[in-house]
This record gives sequence, structure tokens and C-alpha cells, in this order.
Amino acid sequence: MKTLKYSIAIFFLSLIVISCNDSDDDMMMSAEPDFSGVYQQEDQMGRPAVNTVFVSSTSKDMFNRTTPSTQGSTFQSMFEANLTALSPAYANPGDQNALGLDAAAFSGVLATDVLTVSLDGTTTFYDGTNVLTGRALADDVITVELLLIFGGEDFTENPTLSDDHVDTNDKAFLTSFPYLASPW
Amino acid sequence: MKKQKIYLGISTLVVAVFTFIAADHIDAPAVQGGTSDITDYYAFQGEDTNNIVFVANVQGLLSPSATSTATFDENVLVEFNIDTNGDAVEDLVIQATPRDGKMYFFGPVAPASPGLSSTIQTSATTNSVDITTYGSSPQIESNGGMSFFAGPRDDPFFMDFAQYSDIIAGNATSFNNPGADTFAGTNVMSIVVEVPKTMIGTSGDINTWVESKRK
Repeated sequence: MKTLKYSIAIFFLSLIVISCNDSDDDMMMSAEPDFSGVYQQEDQMGRPAVNTVFVSSTSKDMFNRTTPSTQGSTFQSMFEANLTALSPAYANPGDQNALGLDAAAFSGVLATDVLTVSLDGTTTFYDGTNVLTGRALADDVITVELLLIFGGEDFTENPTLSDDHVDTNDKAFLTSFPYLASPW
Repeated sequence: MKKQKIYLGISTLVVAVFTFIAADHIDAPAVQGGTSDITDYYAFQGEDTNNIVFVANVQGLLSPSATSTATFDENVLVEFNIDTNGDAVEDLVIQATPRDGKMYFFGPVAPASPGLSSTIQTSATTNSVDITTYGSSPQIESNGGMSFFAGPRDDPFFMDFAQYSDIIAGNATSFNNPGADTFAGTNVMSIVVEVPKTMIGTSGDINTWVESKRK
């Protein structure tokens, strides 16, 4: 009796397997891949390290799911509090970074997490002359951000905190497309 | 006692993993370590200075052995957003999503609607490139002034993240000189698109950011 049950089960199973194979074949026949459906946001990024450094741990997912046009109004005050906690000099009245931005203004710029890119020339996070005109692969973006957080009005404050002394990538970039180095 | 030790070991490990975040690597609990986790975003003038290059990296901290089996997720859409009028709302998108060994690209094109939900703009200019496999030379597709690449690359990000974490945790008071690149020897899954500037504006600035979205 048990054997019969198994036989029947196997019989039906094989029918299912066969019909699955059939539909697989149909899929193979169709020329166009399926691009239908709605895709919902999970992660986003404009400038480097913004969510990591300035967003409190309980708000990181929410930051990733807030459109940039509303990030400023939603997160500026959190950014200012976290910036001032990280670099207490910002709490002093009139204290600014080398861009001439105080805590409120700098956190306002950072909270809208988009990367500004110039269509007219040099594109760099900072090269000593141009500021925030893009992000090139070799830009030492972390040291730039550390300088703007800790370096004060003229990049001379807190020298032990304002440079991580890792200035270049571990592999040379390519001059031509796709620009990134081959994998390890 | 032994159990306690194990728990302590596990909790230390969890703390280590949770704090191991950087440019945007593993930045938030919902995405960290998953196929939609954006690690970095770059936008710069190309070798041909009439072009802009966009680079989106996902799935960071891949060891060489992990890289050999890493794949793009067919349920994930990577969307390059371009704001041409300074309001931080996307006016154009370039959409990238993989199917059966190829990365498909749509745009630049106006999105159906801006914001957190997207449909793929299949009526837009469509291109595709074979996803480069680990260990082979890069597969590049060029068409209509645009170029496309998708596959594993060295993580271009560099930082002494370990020392930064020690400073934040109160275990150190300064960076070391020289520092140590925490990302040395690790790879990412990379999508690179180069487009003529004329497709995304005329002059002045654009704002851009990248999003990952799941079906």
C-alpha cells in the first residue's frame, strides 16, 4: 500500500517536472528579457561617507529612503548635532571651516546628499583650487572631509585628526575606460 | 563560563562587522553585505573631455575568492540620477540591471516619476554589455557616443578605516603616519557608464546620486 502511494506520488511529481521543463523551453524561446515590475528604493549615495559619518545609527535606513530634495529639512539638525559632537570647535560662536561654513551651513550642505559635477572643466572633490566639482577616482576624499570637519578655518587645526595618511589607492587607475583597476 | 566566552566572542564580532562601514560600504542595517549595498559613487570628466563618467560600485569588501563567485542581482536596479536644474529632483536617469550574463542600460531618459519607486524605461535608448567574468579582460560596449562596463574591479576607495574607528571608539587619539589602507586587496562589483555631456546638459553644474532599488 505504501509503495503504491509512493508510485502515485512519483508519477504526479514527474508530470509536474515535465510541465516545468516545458515552460522553461517557452522562456528560452522569448527574445526579450522581462523588465516589468516596480522597483523600490533600498540604498542611495551622493557624496562619500555622508551616511556613515553624519547619520545616527537608528536613522541610517531612513536616510537611504529619503529623497535628496527632502533630506535637508529632515536631517540638517541631526547632521549639525553629530558634526558638533565629532568636532567640538564648531560649537564656538563664529567657528567655520576652510569653506567659510559654520556648523549650521556645513551641515545644511552635507544633508542634501548629492554630488555636484561641473560640465565645464576639472572634476574633483578638491584639488587645492576647485572645490566639489565632481569626484575623481584618485581624489583623497576622506582627507578632504577630515580637513573640513577638524581642520578649522585654514586646515591647520587638529593635524593628528585631519589626515589619515592613506593618500592613494592600492592599485593604479587606468587612463582609459573603464578607468578602475583590475580586481585582486 | 565557556558559553559566556562564546557569547562575548560573537558580540565582539557583531560590533566589528557593524562598525566596518566607510565610503558607503555597509552603511545601513537593511542593505549591509547584500546585493543592493552601494559602496561608492564617482562622477568625473572622461578621457574624452566631452564626456562624463559615472561609476557605481556595489557589494564591497570582496576577497579574491569571493569575487570569483560574486554576481549582480537580477532583482536589483541601479539607477544613476541626474538633476539638471538644482532642485535635487532627478530630471534624467540611467538605469542598469542584469539579465542572463548581460548588463542592460536604459537612458539617459526622464523617469516615469521621480522618487523612491521606479519602473524600467524600456522605450528609452537601450544598450547592453556582457558582464565581465573574474580573471578576464574587461568587456566594453560602445554605442552612440556612450560606453558601458559591468563586472568585478579593485575597490578604488582608500582609507585607514580601522584607525578612524579606533579614534571614534575612544581607543586612539590620532591617525598613524603612514596609515594603513583598510580596503587594500579587496574588490567590488562595478558598473561604469560614460556619456557625452550633451546628453545630460549644456554647461554649469549637475547634481547626481545613485540609488539601488529592488523588485
